Amino acid sequence: MRKNWWKILCVLLLLYTVLAGFLLKVPRLPILNETIRNMYFHVCMWFAMMVLLLVSMVNSVLYLNKLNHRYDIYASTYASLGCLFGILGYITGAEWVSVTWVTDQGQSFASVLKEPKLLGAGIALLIYGAYFVLRGSFTDIDKRSRVSAVYNIFAFAMLFPSIWIIPRLVGSLHPGAPGSDSGNPALDKNDMDAGMRAIFYPAVLGWTLLGVWIATLKIRLQLIKDKNLLHQ
Amino acid sequence: MRHKILLFMLPLFISISAFANDDVAMADVMRSNGKIYIVVAVCLTILVGLLLYVISIDRKISKIEKE
Repeated sequence: MRKNWWKILCVLLLLYTVLAGFLLKVPRLPILNETIRNMYFHVCMWFAMMVLLLVSMVNSVLYLNKLNHRYDIYASTYASLGCLFGILGYITGAEWVSVTWVTDQGQSFASVLKEPKLLGAGIALLIYGAYFVLRGSFTDIDKRSRVSAVYNIFAFAMLFPSIWIIPRLVGSLHPGAPGSDSGNPALDKNDMDAGMRAIFYPAVLGWTLLGVWIATLKIRLQLIKDKNLLHQ
Repeated sequence: MRHKILLFMLPLFISISAFANDDVAMADVMRSNGKIYIVVAVCLTILVGLLLYVISIDRKISKIEKE
């Protein structure tokens, strides 16, 4: 039980997120209305994705250093969980778009498709999709681990331009784009008040821990499956 | 002894007399605020269900690991 304290923390944080996220006061803003509460869900998916993909990249570096099969399992599982959270972020974003930008802001479908954050996140997820295709195409386990570890580092490096740099340079419908008052998308003091922050940051931690938890479950199963490989 | 029984039944009398009143305290929480509490309850149910499922998988794997 002493080792599992973070799982209890994860459950408590997520319960807090749903309860406080739905019931506490949020700023009254036009167009956004109550959907500002999506900050606690949609945005957290992307934060969790970034953390999980970072962990995946670190494990790929460790694999190349030590050539231990264990790190390959870690890296691929964290990458798959990161992509799952990315896809969830995409789907929740699409749902949010349909009731704010498209209807209330009068944006056309074409202008939504040109949104740099959508394109960047799409490119990033496709690059990670190629990572799994690459893994699947090897028959030799050592070769698969080594090549996919190198590719995984490249895939993480591509996150920098595609989701962190380019969307901040060009015009965007997201808050925080050039032309709007705030600097960092949606995290500026103009976008989120103190009350929201008190829910948002615990929510980020809660969702990230849930991702880590599910990843550790997959890893433990894979470690049992590959027992023979690991004892060599 | 009799006093104690009466004391125990006191809330019962209060609640009976309250039925005659128009502004009775009812379980209105779930119906107020445009029924948002129902949505919260639904989301909580889903979240708790999923978390319980993850916990059960965690326990199963722990059992296999011990073997």
